[in-house]
Amino acid sequence: MSLLDRELPGVAMTPDNIRTQKLPLVANLGVALAAVVVSAALVLGLGLGNWVLVIVLSWVLYLVGLLYAAGRVEGRRAARNRAWQSLIYSACLLAILPLASVVWTLVSKGASRLDGNFFGTSMNNIGARDANGGAYHAIIGTLEQVGIAALIAVPLGVLGAIYLVEYGRGKFAGTVRFFVDVMTGIPSIVAGLFILSFWVLIVSPWFNNGQPRFSGFAASLALSVLMLPTIVRSTEEMLRLVPGPLREGAYALGVPQWKTILKIVVPTALPGIVTGVMLAIARAAGETAPVLLVAGGAAAINFDPFTGNQSSLALYVYQQAGDASKYAPARAWTAALTLVAIVLILTIAAKMLARRNSLTR
Amino acid sequence: MGDYPSSSTNASAGGSGVTGRHARPAGTGVSPSSYDEPPIGGGGALPKKSRFSMEAGFRGLSTGAGAMVLVIIVAIAIFLISKAAPAISADTVNFLTYKQWFPNDTNPNFGIAALAFGTVLSSVIALLVAVPIALGIALFLSHYAPKRLANPLGFVIDLLAAVPSVVFGLWGRDVFMEPVRDFSVWLNKYFSWIPLFGGDGPFGRSILLGSLVLSIMVLPIVTSLSREVFQQTPGMNEEAALALGATKWEMIRTAVLPYGKPGVIAAVMLGLGRALGETIALALTLGTVFSISFNIIENGGNSIAANIANTFGEANATGRGALIASGLVLFAITLVVNMAARAIIYRRREFRDSAA
Repeated sequence: MSLLDRELPGVAMTPDNIRTQKLPLVANLGVALAAVVVSAALVLGLGLGNWVLVIVLSWVLYLVGLLYAAGRVEGRRAARNRAWQSLIYSACLLAILPLASVVWTLVSKGASRLDGNFFGTSMNNIGARDANGGAYHAIIGTLEQVGIAALIAVPLGVLGAIYLVEYGRGKFAGTVRFFVDVMTGIPSIVAGLFILSFWVLIVSPWFNNGQPRFSGFAASLALSVLMLPTIVRSTEEMLRLVPGPLREGAYALGVPQWKTILKIVVPTALPGIVTGVMLAIARAAGETAPVLLVAGGAAAINFDPFTGNQSSLALYVYQQAGDASKYAPARAWTAALTLVAIVLILTIAAKMLARRNSLTR
Repeated sequence: MGDYPSSSTNASAGGSGVTGRHARPAGTGVSPSSYDEPPIGGGGALPKKSRFSMEAGFRGLSTGAGAMVLVIIVAIAIFLISKAAPAISADTVNFLTYKQWFPNDTNPNFGIAALAFGTVLSSVIALLVAVPIALGIALFLSHYAPKRLANPLGFVIDLLAAVPSVVFGLWGRDVFMEPVRDFSVWLNKYFSWIPLFGGDGPFGRSILLGSLVLSIMVLPIVTSLSREVFQQTPGMNEEAALALGATKWEMIRTAVLPYGKPGVIAAVMLGLGRALGETIALALTLGTVFSISFNIIENGGNSIAANIANTFGEANATGRGALIASGLVLFAITLVVNMAARAIIYRRREFRDSAA
């Protein structure tokens, strides 16, 4: 925290009030008003553009005018301070606009098909002229794929983190840690291609009379490749927060190390580990590319993740977005809204859990 | 971390030994004559380390899980190469320099040049747009906003990082394309003398649209990472700058930014890695044209990942191999970018630990 935030009322001497002259608020507003008027006159008068250009131009003029006015009254350095502050504030405003638009579109366009039919039916036998059709099969697919992926990735990830924190010493552990970090950045499509070339094209023909077979399980494998590094990283961080004396107490009582880890260390860090797992699941649920490559997508309901094509919510959004039917966009947006709702609920729940966690940095 | 006993020898524990004798009561209240085995702690009474104990088993299990990460990375490289090699050898043109993509023909001819160019161009433009804004937000959250505003806002930014890319892609195609098209027409009207904004349409599904959507997606990542670094700036440094009479901006420029520089570089590179690998958002917004052109507002543009998603459906065996080959190139690019970013972070961590 800076000195500015700790000042006592009345006695503080900060760069802002130690200076005798300060640009009055009226002058500030005046500059803003003048900027708007001038740019509106320029743009609309000469027909250069519409109201967006007016806003952009008046923003630039305001910054220049502020720099000049404050420079005259307060000095060059204080003027620069003001200009940068306005720049930083406007960066924040600028970023909020598209994000607000995304949220607004999701809710307004997604609500149109938010009915029981959408959640109760699949796309089987739905032609281009049919207004109904739903995402039941896709929701089933998402749940199964993400569930199996979690079953694979969570034990592996937690054990890997235990290795890194409790056992790992020396160069090998350093290498593993480095590549866990590198693996977080692997594009999801590469994970999909990996499972495509490994599972779908090489392993699955063994079970299917020599024919490669798409399946939901392949999608789970790809998702678990994506989840693994996230889980290792977050679990590792939480295990490191477990106080050393807890372990030493257990050792002093003669408890072997593996039992200390399983009965003392992991339970202590459990809320944090669960948070990390939920975040990883949320991320995996939103992945489209790997599912597209290895599960193939399907219009009908398929409960069996090991045989036959499956869809997922994210893939459903993508396929409906590419569909030429005039009813497809509404389905795509409703599915997108459902997907975002699932992901955000998971994420928010994870963050709430993290808040209640007693282990803190 | 501290020095915890890292092997069973100094933890005095071979699992089976301890659990086997666990039920015996402690010494008090029991007459010495009731001992039928030597007491705990007596010389030679400690259980010996057995060769196949739970300890060794668990240790091996977790080591194996850790090694799994290395196995997966190596396996990705091996399997991608094994499937890509036949397709590349079937290619009738130079894979690295050819611009078109016809892997399903009887004489397959396909090359990565236009795709790799589009991938890099759209990612770089996305970062040029996103990084200044992200740094602004990060500074706002760490140094300007009151805490009551900064915490929820930071929370919202973290939530945005979780929104699936397909949603941004859909939004970019259905909503954002209109304003971008208008903007492109305006740019073309007044700035067509700059090659970037030349051409005579149609505009809309362009590299500009793809890059802007990408930049919105990269924004939360860069913001939350650099915000974390800025918050770690030592308060002493900030106060020293202020005590020397610096304005708030001068304090940020002299204390916060230099301290956060390696972290910001790493954040930008991680954002770059994310942008390079982004698939669905670009598949929905780019114009899918195989050409190398710096014109960013005309319909066009393509990227490695988007091309995989778009053409996978109609690919035959060679076509699949060709897509896997392009994925291999993408894997190599992102691996290099990520390793560089991580190396920067690691160097910085050592620096910080030794300074503390």
